[in-house]
Amino acid sequence: MIENIEELQELANKKRCTLQNSPQEIRICTGSSCASLGSDILQKELKKNFKLQKLDEKCTIKSVGCSGLCSEAIMVSHYDKEKKQETLYANITAEDTEKFYLYEKNSAVLEDKKVDTSTHFFSKQHKIVLENAGKLDPNDIEDYIAHDGYVALFKALEDFTPVELIQEIKQSGLRGRGGGGYPTGLKWETVSKVESTQKYIICNGDEGDPGAFMDRAIMEADPHRVLEGMLLAGYGCGASKGYIYVRAEYPVAVEKLQKAIKQCKKLGILGQNIALSGFSFDIEVRLGGGAFVCGEATALIRSIEGNRGNPRQKPPHLSDAGLFGEPTVLNNVETFANIAPIVKNGAAWFASIGTKTSTGTKVFALSGNIKNTGLVEVPMGISLEELIYDIGGGVSGTQKLKAIQTGGPSGGCIPASMMDVLVDYDSLKKVGSIMGSGGLIVMDESVSMLEVAHFFMDFCQSESCGKCVPCRVGTVELRDLLDKFIAQTATKEDFELLKSLCEVVKESSLCGLGQSAPNPVMSTLHYFEEEYLQGIYDD
Amino acid sequence: MAPPIKDDRYKQVEKTMKKLSYDRSALIETLHTAQETFGYLENETLKFIAKRLKLPFSKVYGVATFYHYFRLKPKGEHTCVVCTGTACYVKGSQEILQTLEKRFAIKAGETSEDGILSLLTARCVGSCSLAPVVIFDNKTQGKLTVQEAKTIVEELLK
Repeated sequence: MIENIEELQELANKKRCTLQNSPQEIRICTGSSCASLGSDILQKELKKNFKLQKLDEKCTIKSVGCSGLCSEAIMVSHYDKEKKQETLYANITAEDTEKFYLYEKNSAVLEDKKVDTSTHFFSKQHKIVLENAGKLDPNDIEDYIAHDGYVALFKALEDFTPVELIQEIKQSGLRGRGGGGYPTGLKWETVSKVESTQKYIICNGDEGDPGAFMDRAIMEADPHRVLEGMLLAGYGCGASKGYIYVRAEYPVAVEKLQKAIKQCKKLGILGQNIALSGFSFDIEVRLGGGAFVCGEATALIRSIEGNRGNPRQKPPHLSDAGLFGEPTVLNNVETFANIAPIVKNGAAWFASIGTKTSTGTKVFALSGNIKNTGLVEVPMGISLEELIYDIGGGVSGTQKLKAIQTGGPSGGCIPASMMDVLVDYDSLKKVGSIMGSGGLIVMDESVSMLEVAHFFMDFCQSESCGKCVPCRVGTVELRDLLDKFIAQTATKEDFELLKSLCEVVKESSLCGLGQSAPNPVMSTLHYFEEEYLQGIYDD
Repeated sequence: MAPPIKDDRYKQVEKTMKKLSYDRSALIETLHTAQETFGYLENETLKFIAKRLKLPFSKVYGVATFYHYFRLKPKGEHTCVVCTGTACYVKGSQEILQTLEKRFAIKAGETSEDGILSLLTARCVGSCSLAPVVIFDNKTQGKLTVQEAKTIVEELLK
């Protein structure tokens, strides 16, 4: 049981000493891309043979979370603890196993796989949320503590009143990373002011947006960071119970979180009277069932309660009547992952990163026709140009860039001509897209915008929960209309109907899913109207 | 209904319900355990859960059919899940799916008549860097061509 910050520091120092037992470390990425290419087998093989050959005294083998450059999987890095120097190696395969045994004597054996870390891909990133990803063993709470984990929690419990804590979050300017961009501090303050004996903190790890895997990587690489954020939210708002709602399709994330919760309970970081402060908090994991609509707040709550995930009308807002009818704070995984650094380093530090209205950083999942696919974290206010060309390495293949899709089925397409747009909540909204949760799909000229619009409409149609008519019927009609444009059998009336139907679905649907379902059509209509006009049959 | 509790698999399901104090909110968690132990959710299992949680069968059935993750029919001996997320779509997952449908004469979401192969789709498996992605018997494979995908399934069925 850890009872105060001194004991936490003591444990951290003890772990740091054991970590120093071997002067070197080989870190193997076990993120989804690397794992599917066999990084876990590589890790076991190396661990076994390092022990056999007695190499483990000098060098430890460690499995770590996603390091970001997924297109170059398997990623392995060598870390020299004395020099504090990390060397990255990419495209490692099972055939390279032998080379690691020779590495200690001659690091040149892997020279051809070495990654140049002076490129923009590395230098233009700013890691806050992902600072531990690729460094820590997500299965080991002590490793997290040795890297200043839970310091923010203990600091808050000892030095801050709940009101002061919320004030800190408010001043940092942090906005919800799930896509909506609602100020986090304000959300917490509202709930903290409601009188109730029971309040809840919910972490939305449902990530149903196709093309997004940021939250998955955070939960898998640094689960304790998410728990710490939730604990701080609980302290600030006066809640004693938290739920993490995770997709059942992410079994590794579920396993890591459950393990992390168990370890926290053992050390008294979760449970009754944490650090003798009188604050008690418990967290449970709840599995989702693969319904996109459950990313919507009221639907998610219905699902945790054991029901079909049908959204309901707001108000009442969650701050008044959320889970089981009690005041509830619901934030996204990435939002919670930002909390501990803010408390640790101060609101002013966080607010100095990014732009005035969008502070901090944002994690993006780059995919599609782009060279460097993977996870990147950039300061808010960077231009799309820098994000796609400098960090992403530009378009893969021979075709030119056509458009970028952000925000998934609720977002829109931004044409290649507008690459000077800045990545922040307000700028992206102005050009008809949204920040979204962070999925960013690059499309080259071979991709038809009509088909993309159709793809998303088909998605929304099948994910519609069926509760309200505009969404249930509207999405089917919109998809059928798009079919006509693709088959080039649409009429001029269809074109008008398409536009007005988009408005109807947007204005009259019950929840966010329906209201935003026409976005992909509306943004492609705006920027790529000629593709729609070509779909009109004219005799 | 006679309690089929003798079956060890029901004990697993019972354990989950007990852990969550037989609360009605335990329904989805229980369904997950049931599917994991039985492979799919048959009516008998759903009725058992309804009874134990004191919920109407219609409610349990309603929840089980709402979420894509729950299967009400048994899976084939081998499964092949084609990811149809946006990144995979841009990289040609539709073509892979169509080819597999044609080659093995089943539609997405179906299991072959002999119960050997289930062809399924997923909205996104979160391995977008590897697009297009197909999961063969729980093993994720990325950057696939149409031909490769076909060959892998043919190998599985041998």
